[in-house]
Amino acid sequence: MKPHRILALVIRHLYLYKRSIPRLMEVFYWPFLDLVVWGFITIYLTKFKGTLPSFIAFLLGAVILWDILFRSQQGLSVSFLEDMWARNLLNIFVSPISPVEYIFALMLVSIVKLLLASAVMILFAWLFYSFNIFLIGIALIPLIINLVIMGWAMGIVTMALILRLGQEAEVLAWAVAFLFQPVSAVFYPVSVLPPFLQTVAGFIPASHIFEGMRAVISGSGFPISELVWATSLNLTYLTGALIFFYWNFGVVRKKGLLAKVGE
Amino acid sequence: MQTNPVVEVKNLTKIFNSLKAVDNISFEMHPGEILGLLGPNGAGKTTTLQMLLALTIPTSGEIKIFGLDLEQNREKILHDVNFSSSYVAMPYSLTVMENLMVFARLYGVHNPQTRIAQLLNDFEAEDVKDKAVRSLSSGQITRVCLIKALLNDPKILFLDEPTASLDPDIADKTRRLLKKVKEEKGMSILYTSHNMREMEEMSDRIIFLDKGTIIAMGRPEEVQAHFKGESLEDVFLKIARRE
Repeated sequence: MKPHRILALVIRHLYLYKRSIPRLMEVFYWPFLDLVVWGFITIYLTKFKGTLPSFIAFLLGAVILWDILFRSQQGLSVSFLEDMWARNLLNIFVSPISPVEYIFALMLVSIVKLLLASAVMILFAWLFYSFNIFLIGIALIPLIINLVIMGWAMGIVTMALILRLGQEAEVLAWAVAFLFQPVSAVFYPVSVLPPFLQTVAGFIPASHIFEGMRAVISGSGFPISELVWATSLNLTYLTGALIFFYWNFGVVRKKGLLAKVGE
Repeated sequence: MQTNPVVEVKNLTKIFNSLKAVDNISFEMHPGEILGLLGPNGAGKTTTLQMLLALTIPTSGEIKIFGLDLEQNREKILHDVNFSSSYVAMPYSLTVMENLMVFARLYGVHNPQTRIAQLLNDFEAEDVKDKAVRSLSSGQITRVCLIKALLNDPKILFLDEPTASLDPDIADKTRRLLKKVKEEKGMSILYTSHNMREMEEMSDRIIFLDKGTIIAMGRPEEVQAHFKGESLEDVFLKIARRE
């Protein structure tokens, strides 16, 4: 891996945000809006339910962490789409960059976007609702890392599918994370799911992370087993996603589709 | 003086489903040579170019560039190769300078700003350097793409209809500049165009492809004589119309 190639692509994507209001909205406005809407919903629900302990923290924590997962997936797949829309993939892949360098560059782009979006959400959650996500403490770090990795795995699979299927698969870049949301136990515990879906949720890293978050917020400590499950599943899925991408990249080259992506 | 070829293609074939896009072609390209790839639509020019750029994997055959197997040495080879096409763009939201800096970094160009300034000057494009690519005319974009293709001082340049959207003045200047770079640096150029006069003017040798096979190869006048045509355009029309 050559750092100058990775840096070149990171800079290419960051240039996009210099003078594009819609792209800046993607980073700052939508996360902010998400937080405000969910914050008001939470306040409204707490009035009905009386004083449900940690209710605000559960929901706002879930909103912030879900956004991290969502943004890390989008950081890869939308950046890939930007190259496709600009008809720039050909220029990139006739350069000496390798697919793994390309993916690594987009991972770094996703981290930059994620840090900016998370900073906005964390700041306004604290300002508007007095919710300090850092109260979760040191446990927050492995939770976030796992969500980012799951987002990346989804992002890589999405990129591979867009590469193979072309523009008709673009919608996946926005929708794929939401396919997993019902079984990710973001806003409710896994126990409310029917038995079959509970089994499915067991194979979704995010469900272990959100269960862990609720355990920490409710003061029952961080269940290490949840973290071990999430990490093991994530490493498996990330490896699988990379293998899938490489295999698919080969198929796309065999079929002569690489030069046609975006047409 | 006989030199080692920079490109060696042996028995190259590409089959898409049941269609033979390229059928058992073999050729060489030598240092400092401009090789024109000519043929009607569907002749296999683009597929051949894509295989030479490692974008498409051949069904069978061998591609060696700088004496190295392309598939095994993709990264090393592509470092010294570049490509430009009228049909490939650059990120529209970025300025010309931003785009060129990105590609200069991608190819690991030393002193990128000096190199870019020199090429902008050569292509008379200094006035567009701070403009977003989306605000440029198609001719200006083509020139910027050519600058990008020369950033890394490539030993081999693959050009797919590089002057297709240029006005005659800029197209002529571009051809002269490419010839000058070729003379000064000994760069090899593989060139496709539908402009037959341009092919005659630019190419040291021509490969005529039809239905995926090489039907003629040689100096432009040799190819012309082979088909008893009055010009390359005449030859092209005879082949395209199956006369």
